[in-house]
Amino acid sequence: MKPSPLPSDDVAAYAPRNYLNAPATGLMSWLNTRDHKRIGVMFLIATTIAFAVGGLFAMLIRLELLTPGPTVMDPMTYNRMFTLHGVVMIFLFMIPVIPSGFGNFLVPLMIGAKDVAFPKLNLLSFYLYLIGAVVALAGMIWGGADTGWTFYTPYSTDTITKVTPILLGAFILGFSSILTGLNFIVTTHTMRAPGMGWMRMPLFVWSIYATSIIQILATPVLGMTLLLVVVDRAFHLGVFDPTWGGDPVLFQHFFWFYSHPAVYIMVLPAMAVISEVVCTFSHKNIFGYKAVAYSSLGIAFVGFFTWGHHLFTSGQSAFDAGIFGILSMFVGIFTAIKVFNWTATLYKGSISFKTPFAYFVGFLFFLVFGGMTGVALATVSLDVHWHDTYFVVAHFHFIMVGAVMMAFLAALHYWFPKITGRTYPEGWGLVAAVMIILGFNFTFIPQFLLGNMGMPRRYYSYSERFQALNVASTAGASVLAIGLTIILVYLLVSLRYGRVAGSNPWLSRGFEWDTPSPPPPENYPVTPVIEHGPHDYDGENITLPPHQHAPEPEPHAS
Amino acid sequence: MNELLRRILFLPEQASTYAESVDQLHYFVIITTMIAAAGVFGVAIYFFVRYRRRSDVEATPRVRPKAIHEVLFIGVPLAFFVLWFAIGYPQFVSLQTPPKDAMDVYVQGKQWMWKFAYPDGPSAVNTLRVPVGRPVRLLITSRDVIHSFYVPALRIKMDALPGRYTQAWFQAEQPGRYEIFCAEYCGLSHSGMVGELVAMPAAEFDAWMATQRRGIVVSQDSAPTEGEHVRPAANVVDEGARIAAAQGCLKCHSVDGSRHIGPTFANLYGREEKLQDGKTVTADEAYLTRSMMEPGVELVSGYQNVMPTYQGKLAPPDTAAIVEYIKSLRSSASRPGPSEPPAYEAIPAPK
Repeated sequence: MKPSPLPSDDVAAYAPRNYLNAPATGLMSWLNTRDHKRIGVMFLIATTIAFAVGGLFAMLIRLELLTPGPTVMDPMTYNRMFTLHGVVMIFLFMIPVIPSGFGNFLVPLMIGAKDVAFPKLNLLSFYLYLIGAVVALAGMIWGGADTGWTFYTPYSTDTITKVTPILLGAFILGFSSILTGLNFIVTTHTMRAPGMGWMRMPLFVWSIYATSIIQILATPVLGMTLLLVVVDRAFHLGVFDPTWGGDPVLFQHFFWFYSHPAVYIMVLPAMAVISEVVCTFSHKNIFGYKAVAYSSLGIAFVGFFTWGHHLFTSGQSAFDAGIFGILSMFVGIFTAIKVFNWTATLYKGSISFKTPFAYFVGFLFFLVFGGMTGVALATVSLDVHWHDTYFVVAHFHFIMVGAVMMAFLAALHYWFPKITGRTYPEGWGLVAAVMIILGFNFTFIPQFLLGNMGMPRRYYSYSERFQALNVASTAGASVLAIGLTIILVYLLVSLRYGRVAGSNPWLSRGFEWDTPSPPPPENYPVTPVIEHGPHDYDGENITLPPHQHAPEPEPHAS
Repeated sequence: MNELLRRILFLPEQASTYAESVDQLHYFVIITTMIAAAGVFGVAIYFFVRYRRRSDVEATPRVRPKAIHEVLFIGVPLAFFVLWFAIGYPQFVSLQTPPKDAMDVYVQGKQWMWKFAYPDGPSAVNTLRVPVGRPVRLLITSRDVIHSFYVPALRIKMDALPGRYTQAWFQAEQPGRYEIFCAEYCGLSHSGMVGELVAMPAAEFDAWMATQRRGIVVSQDSAPTEGEHVRPAANVVDEGARIAAAQGCLKCHSVDGSRHIGPTFANLYGREEKLQDGKTVTADEAYLTRSMMEPGVELVSGYQNVMPTYQGKLAPPDTAAIVEYIKSLRSSASRPGPSEPPAYEAIPAPK
């Protein structure tokens, strides 16, 4: 048997009873919901707003850097801008967006469960996110920290700006992250449908599982560290501030013990999305399922032992630097395994160059160059020149932002039909994807070169020889911003006017596509029995989901 | 080739042989990255075209990896990464290991300027003069928050930490003026904390230093900042002796080698000290500074933990002066006074 013999238009149906209108549609039914899909959607809306706010700060930063001297703001405002940009993008967008947004929506669907293991904790996680965001944003509006998102002591314990609310906000956000991680671990262990052994789990779930482990192990360290900074500021306890007998470098160790694994909290979910997208759009089983699955766990594990590579120029001993350098390279190896396996997946596939696939290509590009520059930075002697310059800025924007943004946009387009029941305009999708990928490159390739030239990061003013590349970077950022705006417009329009998608417009074998679009509140009327692997597209052991054989007669929803 | 690649990559001039060797690794890394990327994307693009979708309903064959595939996927990148590391790590170690005959300069970062002090001579703000062709060791500290001393032309960078010393060294090979940046974010005027490294021909440098020490030009580079006590451009060692006496160091530490409450300062610098926890430590600048800031942490075996901390009581220049004073109390290197020729004049001139 082959995947659906019917063109998708013929089966297009908008499920009349779905999670959007059942059990109720009022505002309170959303704010009180336990439905993982609704919580996921609320996370997606909140994180997208955060993305827009962080992007606005980014554009203001790029505007200021158009000229070597003051352009549109004073230095204090500039310092606050890059702090806000970092805090908002990392804590409010990149960390939660894929696990808490798409993960919440998809993990139960993918493993054939009715919900996550702890639906109430899940809702609490969302409210903690909101409270953390409000506390942090309120602190920004009245006083705005100027420490950078890294909060390095003793600057953060000395500065006159209001750092405490932002630290407390990040502390609260940490709990949101921990609860979501805990929920996914228990859900993955206990709620898989009959027939779904660990080796039949979709790779998305594998990666989210690995992410969750990092979230619950690393986030508490960040929480404690940030609290210690607050205590140091308030009571001069002298943990980090040398004036009171503290050790400022200790903060860097604590901070990066969380914040380096946090990079994998952001990148692993991006890899989760890409593993699904590459299979669906090449209609091909993943090449090396086990290699991809286990490398996620490998990244999660090794990620805990690489934090010292942020301290190569902090007076760390050469021996420590060597150990951390070598360990950091293992992350590169695990990433390389994934890159090669994704590429090999295309072999003998049936490749459909739709918008999500375009983002897969962008993702691959940013991951390869971001990853290779990361390993180059782990080659300790090169780091000495690049450390704290624009090279590092460009590197982590490639690997973290590039990868997460590509995956976020891929996921948004790929699962848009599942979440909303409608499709987006494919032509506009590809136009925006090209603008975003090119714009991103034009933003950050000049920054790699600026770093080579020696321009340190977080500079309000700079020597004139850096100007040409800064102008190029700002121009690139503008293209990127326009591309993102186009997406926002057409997706909002598609919410209402998009063509009805039907349950499985991509003819994917992913289990989440076995449900109607949008899915009903209970996901599956009866618990499904899983009889094949998650990415099987070969002719032999395929059984098509029943509703594709017999599409229900459908009143097209308006 | 070097020049071409340097320009393509926008790297600054190479003011030292170290800079050139780091750049060689840089080129190698970039070239392997480009080849690897070209390989991956070349294959991917071939697949995009070759295996483009022709029908929505065609089934695809199940392709399973052989063990050799995964071994290659791991082995090939690992081999290159290890090769990069094998080149880069020894470079880093050499950067961390100053030659014994290096000339010392104390570097102090403060919001938002760099101060440089020569053990036998003047101090300067934002202008660091060094002789070409002689190794220079920088002993770096900070007076307030963390800064980072960065000279792109030398490819060196080292954080300046309050209450501690870090060190870096270099040997400038090209006379010239090079930018010094602060690379660690330090507040409002972080980007204004720029200095200049002036690499002078050795003879010119010696002449300049002699002029400075005679006191004819008191401070052509140095203007005292607000609230800072002006130290005559004389001798850091004398200053250290004065501070050590004033702070009461000498009540417990003898300077003639006799036993007292604390270890003697005589011949202390460079000594291998046995600690209470059984470890040994070399009494270098970093250890001496730590012992003033956190005396109880690395206590020398056989002594009581009675010394108070001088954290916050000694300003970094004072700490530097005491360290220099202790260094002067080596029997093989006793220095009577400022008339003594500077130590670096004894270094044989480079070929």
